[in-house]
Amino acid sequence: MAKHRAELLVNLVIALALPAAALTAWALGESFYVSLVSRVAILALAGVGLNLALGYGGMVSFGHAAFFGLGAYAAGIFAFHAFDGTPVISWPIQIMGAASMPVGWLAAIVVAGLAALAIGAISLRTSGVYFIMITLAFAQMLYYLAVSIPTYGGADGLILYLRSGFPGLDSSDDLTFFALCYALLMLAIFITWRIAGSRFGMALRGASRNEERLAAVGISPYPIKLVAFCISAMITAVAGALFAELVGFVSPTLMAWKMSGEILIFVILGGVGRLYAPIIGAAIFILLETLIGGITDRWQFVLGLVLLGVVLFARGGVMGALTGRARHV
Amino acid sequence: MSAALIIEQVLNGFQLGVMLFLMAAGLTLAFGVMGLINLAHGSLYMTGAFVCAWVANATGSFWTGLALGLLASAAAGAIIEILVMRRLYDRDHLDQVLATFSLILIFAEGAHWLFGSRPLYLNIPDLLDGAIALPGGGGYPVYRLAVIGVGLVVAIGLFLLITRTRLGMRIRAGESDREMIGALGVNIRTLYTLVFALGAMLAGLAGVLVGASQSVQVGMGEPVLILAFVVIVIGGIGSIKGALVASVLVGLVDTLGRAFAPSLLALALPVQAAASVGASVASILIYLLMAVVLAFRPQGLFPTHG
Amino acid sequence: MSDALLSLRGLNKTFGALKATDDVSLDVASDEIHVIIGPNGAGKSTLIAQVAGALKPDSGSVLLSDEDVTRLGVPARARRGLARTFQVSSLIANFSALANVSLAVQSHQGSSFRLWRSASRDSRLREPAQEALSRVGMAATRCDIPVDELSHGERRQVELAVALALQPRLMLLDEPMAGLGGQDCINMTAVLKRLRGECAILLVEHDMDAVFALADRISVLVYGRVIASGTPQEIRASREVQEAYLGN
Repeated sequence: MAKHRAELLVNLVIALALPAAALTAWALGESFYVSLVSRVAILALAGVGLNLALGYGGMVSFGHAAFFGLGAYAAGIFAFHAFDGTPVISWPIQIMGAASMPVGWLAAIVVAGLAALAIGAISLRTSGVYFIMITLAFAQMLYYLAVSIPTYGGADGLILYLRSGFPGLDSSDDLTFFALCYALLMLAIFITWRIAGSRFGMALRGASRNEERLAAVGISPYPIKLVAFCISAMITAVAGALFAELVGFVSPTLMAWKMSGEILIFVILGGVGRLYAPIIGAAIFILLETLIGGITDRWQFVLGLVLLGVVLFARGGVMGALTGRARHV
Repeated sequence: MSAALIIEQVLNGFQLGVMLFLMAAGLTLAFGVMGLINLAHGSLYMTGAFVCAWVANATGSFWTGLALGLLASAAAGAIIEILVMRRLYDRDHLDQVLATFSLILIFAEGAHWLFGSRPLYLNIPDLLDGAIALPGGGGYPVYRLAVIGVGLVVAIGLFLLITRTRLGMRIRAGESDREMIGALGVNIRTLYTLVFALGAMLAGLAGVLVGASQSVQVGMGEPVLILAFVVIVIGGIGSIKGALVASVLVGLVDTLGRAFAPSLLALALPVQAAASVGASVASILIYLLMAVVLAFRPQGLFPTHG
Repeated sequence: MSDALLSLRGLNKTFGALKATDDVSLDVASDEIHVIIGPNGAGKSTLIAQVAGALKPDSGSVLLSDEDVTRLGVPARARRGLARTFQVSSLIANFSALANVSLAVQSHQGSSFRLWRSASRDSRLREPAQEALSRVGMAATRCDIPVDELSHGERRQVELAVALALQPRLMLLDEPMAGLGGQDCINMTAVLKRLRGECAILLVEHDMDAVFALADRISVLVYGRVIASGTPQEIRASREVQEAYLGN
């Protein structure tokens, strides 16, 4: 129980640290740092998505950048067509572009959900190393697909000239935008928490640890994992949509293998299967990038060493070090 | 579509296939024998290419560069096996993925430091410069034919190594029963280091061969690595035979798809549309191939167990 | 057609040159305890795997209440009331006993796609799970401990409770006494005895005291073939069985 309370306390501190940092930066008039905290929240959100598949479902997806990128493109494409005054698609029904965040999020969720359904349906027929390689390969496929489509900039990407609006709010204000990102992050953590504790979550965790047992009690692991994979992808896609709005730019790089690796890092640095861990992971990542990246362009060398150290010597990530081994169900 | 063009593209496909096989062989051995998924295999490919290009530029000799490039990649493989990989054999795949991902970052930044941020260029050796005539007109570079030849020699060598030698017997035994081979007194640690260094050297060879026809730069390894993953997923993880068959299959499908998809689509679509759709289709063709294979044979074409 | 709950019709399964299952046919009535005995390597586990759906036979069929389930997988057969236990305990390691059994309860209630309500505070899950655990004699104080911290005997109990919680028509028990000490063995036998009449049981067992205490019928499997099938008295008396198995 002491461990349990320690984790609750750590979670609370983590949850409050982000708005505290954003408010401090805002009060000091440092809008760059407000955006930086927004970036942490968005990357953490991508990690929260992956954590559902990885931490609770045991699915080591090395292709979540595909969903991050699809989310970004979905939002970007709607904004692009709104700017252009052209429809996104004109057949079988005509859908016009919209420079509205909720529309972008919805598009991201739908597109990523469908992609995850297709990718998951094939990848989940396998497991272990196959699953890792196949998710990586399909993400690479979408990467090349994005490169090959000139309408949306191909390899050069798509520039979004204006941040999309949010009804009733001034989304171009940095602090407001942070608040939106933070609200979605917390919502995603809440959703993950509910799902993890539900009957579905029990079955999912059962599937990740002992598929044979789950099958023997009459629950097919495949559809359980597939649904979790899709939800996971949708959450990561919303992060992608937010990221597009944050930087005003969408490019195939968002779907590259390296991005998939980074999303994995957010989860693992923090601690696999811990609700709030992706926030720590993303924060450490951004801190390293900002601090060491300020000294040398070769900051990823240090990142590599840190990661290697965590894998070899500090399993369980930061949350593991702070609160002990994972709690039992 | 002339006959010469088709022959040329088929040869190009073989060349890509052979190069993929050099990559895939090391990956599939590492998985089959040690149960290891190694993302840093592309870094070893890059190491071979960089060392060869650097040495060749410094000494003016491609062959010295080749020898040192192979040596460097094998040595790099042995070193990371001893320092990192052997701690990972009993870990789950997630740890292996993360650790080897870290190695990619370290190698990439290390290469930036050592060789600078600009690409290096490696010239084809004089011996292999030139072209031979193809039936039906046109010529084909000797160098590319040599690459295919090298790949075939390596493939045959690997088969002989695994089926005919004591080392190969030990590799096969390690694949099926680690404890048994330990009990027989074979030094399993040395065996693993050797296997890993061998795979690394093959990756380095692929890097050199490609480096001489394209530029040598940081990040060159990973796209090839992912293609090699597609290859071993299609072939069946752990199977050398599967790796060979799937390499050639992927090489041909990718090359022929890029060469002919636009003109084939032009039979049904307006030329402009066919060109852009064709390019998109060609870029995802091998992934679709992988999806189809998996739909029917989730364990690949040549499953090694089960 | 027949009044058998489970019918195996001419099952065959070979691995390379080895005939693991050789033309096996047998019936289990809906209220009987049918025990399969046989020396090591007789193909008992292979047979169980084919009944459970984990292995597909090369030929022959598996009928459950006259429905051909040969092509169905493990989960589908489990949902039709076929519950199994494993020879080597196969529980979800860091779940508690209660959570392990709850999975079976939620499967039985067909509710594994409820994504929102908390499972751990759901009395519709907890109560049936608790009941199944107490029926197998599991101490209430041990139900919230992760199963990998339980004793071997307790894990065997949890295995059985998981199967019970499915409210099965047929239980497929693969050596439930394996590795149990004297008193645990007696307790397990008593628990199984109380299940008689509630559901059919197909039991693979080595412990001869338990076999003769429980069996309504016994089939003897040698080299993948059923060489004899009958009441315990008939099996005891059969010379063939004694030569092949019991006598030595």
